[in-house]
Amino acid sequence: MKLEGGFINNLGRVYGIYTLGFLGFVILMGICEAAGVANTYIGWMFVAFTVLLYALIGVLSRTMDSSQYYVAGREVPAVYNGMATAADWMSGASFIAMAGGIYLKGYPYMAFLVGWTGGYVLVASLIAPYLRKFGCYTVPDFIGTRYGGNLARFCAVVVLVVASFTYVTAQINGTGTVAARALQIPFEVGVWIGLAGILFCSMLGGMRAVTWTQVAQYIVLIVAYLIPVFWMSNKLGYGLIPHLAQFDAVLRVQELESALGVGTLLPTAEAQAEAGKLAALKVGINDASDDWMARWKFFTLVLCMMAGTASLPHVLMRYFTTSSVKAARQSVGWSLFFISLLYLSAPALATFTKLSLLDPNVATSIIGKSVADVMSLEWIQQWSNVGFLKIVDGNGDGIVQINEFFMRGDIVVLATPEMAGLPYVISGLVAAGGLAAAMSTADGLLLAIANALSHDLYYKIIDPKVDTAKRLLVARILLLVIGALAAWVASMKLTGILGAVAWAFCFANSGLFFPLVLGVWWKRANRAGAIAGMIGGFGTGTWYLYMVQTGMEPWYGIDGLRFGMIGMPVSLILMVVFSLMTEAPDEETQKMVESIRVPKGKTYVS
Amino acid sequence: MSAKSDQQQHWAATKRLTFLTLVIWAVVSFVIHWFGSSLNSESFPGAYFMAGMGSQVIFVILVFWFSVRQNSIDEEYGMSEGD
Repeated sequence: MKLEGGFINNLGRVYGIYTLGFLGFVILMGICEAAGVANTYIGWMFVAFTVLLYALIGVLSRTMDSSQYYVAGREVPAVYNGMATAADWMSGASFIAMAGGIYLKGYPYMAFLVGWTGGYVLVASLIAPYLRKFGCYTVPDFIGTRYGGNLARFCAVVVLVVASFTYVTAQINGTGTVAARALQIPFEVGVWIGLAGILFCSMLGGMRAVTWTQVAQYIVLIVAYLIPVFWMSNKLGYGLIPHLAQFDAVLRVQELESALGVGTLLPTAEAQAEAGKLAALKVGINDASDDWMARWKFFTLVLCMMAGTASLPHVLMRYFTTSSVKAARQSVGWSLFFISLLYLSAPALATFTKLSLLDPNVATSIIGKSVADVMSLEWIQQWSNVGFLKIVDGNGDGIVQINEFFMRGDIVVLATPEMAGLPYVISGLVAAGGLAAAMSTADGLLLAIANALSHDLYYKIIDPKVDTAKRLLVARILLLVIGALAAWVASMKLTGILGAVAWAFCFANSGLFFPLVLGVWWKRANRAGAIAGMIGGFGTGTWYLYMVQTGMEPWYGIDGLRFGMIGMPVSLILMVVFSLMTEAPDEETQKMVESIRVPKGKTYVS
Repeated sequence: MSAKSDQQQHWAATKRLTFLTLVIWAVVSFVIHWFGSSLNSESFPGAYFMAGMGSQVIFVILVFWFSVRQNSIDEEYGMSEGD
């Protein structure tokens, strides 16, 4: 394909055609369904078509140039980088699990929404533009150059690898779940197929390929998330724009929740044992509490997720690809805009799903109906067959009560089309969207790990004289090895998607938040301080997580999701104390800090 | 006291803007939600609104506003990339 003026100048046209093509494909699938093609084939076609498209973009973007491979040639326009960051950012957890989390865990869970958006204010104001001016390829590159010495660089690599690897296993787990569901194949096979798709998108073209597939994946995932939400809202009569209608619905849900005994009518121990890991609804959608502990838990979760956002390398490195410091700043705004298109819809989806299941005046409701009637519903049967929901008639009265309906949060997104009686083509679309979300995040994470190992560990520390071709070869081999390792770990199903995601944020903020921020904002910060901050913060946080996971009573409600509350203060204190106890950084370093504080002039490293 | 250089003035203005941005950020992120339950009333689910929509919308506007203001600071002191 030859375009006049090159690819970058024709982005609008290329992605416009792509979007129309994708919508055309969705309509074509709808026609196939009406013509009687089996659902399984439609699911297969959705997955195959989208993954092949991403792989094609990945192959077309292949490159042997290191600036293209590491930072997409620093020519990605702010808006497109915003879309790519949004796809990079919104993981399987955001797409599949978030609305379900709000549904099941109610108001306290919405701390994730606040934390995962507000973190971008920190990215824009404290870190990203300065790192763009610095001109590095990777995040450890900044730590290594700013503080000097291989040990600082190595510590940053370790934190990056642990945080990103925790995160990427959760994503590959997500691709496995979606593939298993849409293609009716075993989970373990789904994991390896997902990995193959992910590697195709990143192996040949590095950051350049990942950028342009992520833009494509964003378009698929946002279409796949919004169409069902709007369709369901209109079909069930909640109005044209669900986001505006949701507040009256919340009031109605609150009424129903207190009438049905949410929070008071808890599952019996036997029923819960029978349901296993599935959960009944126990927390209301708007149960903001006056209780000090509840407020503290909301506050700490928001803070940990925000600081984590601002220290996760796969997010920060996206801003290295913009053409200027100004574009990097604008791009953070666009990222948040594109992210909020999905995040604003998740609560609405949770609320309307709740209404359609709980409200006895709605035809789709199941609570208060007879167990036999509910069990005869097609979607209930389908999803109980795959172990995503279960009805346990605890009191044996033959009626489904709120404490007798157990589910996995994921079905709020995955089963919405079937619950609301939408055609199967929408389910296929949702599967493609979930896959796009998980794949795009996994791409970014794998690349962040492989680049840190190839650029910082291999090139900067082990063999600084190595030529570009060999560096890029090493980067690709690492990508393959780490991907395989992550898929292997994911196939062992160690944690749920969300547990692992929250851990990644806390690993990152315990180890990297203060070394990054103070590296820009405190000239006095030096090597000893940064190393103490990274090792101390990351070490203490990890130790605390280990203790909590092995049965220690959490201190003041700081559980495994919030262990950054332990790691971050330790990191800050150690960094300040050690910096002040040792000599100030040399003049060259101070000059460098001054130069990254202004957009004008050359980048520090080229 | 000697006159400060453009670069020092630029950095002082940048610090002021960043500080202001972080104050707004902290209020929207933490203070509002700390008092979440008092935002709820019979006729409007205020806590749900702020966590599910209000904060996010304010954050989007805040980042764009910050980016425009910072850009004009860069230009004012001749520190933008074009200079």
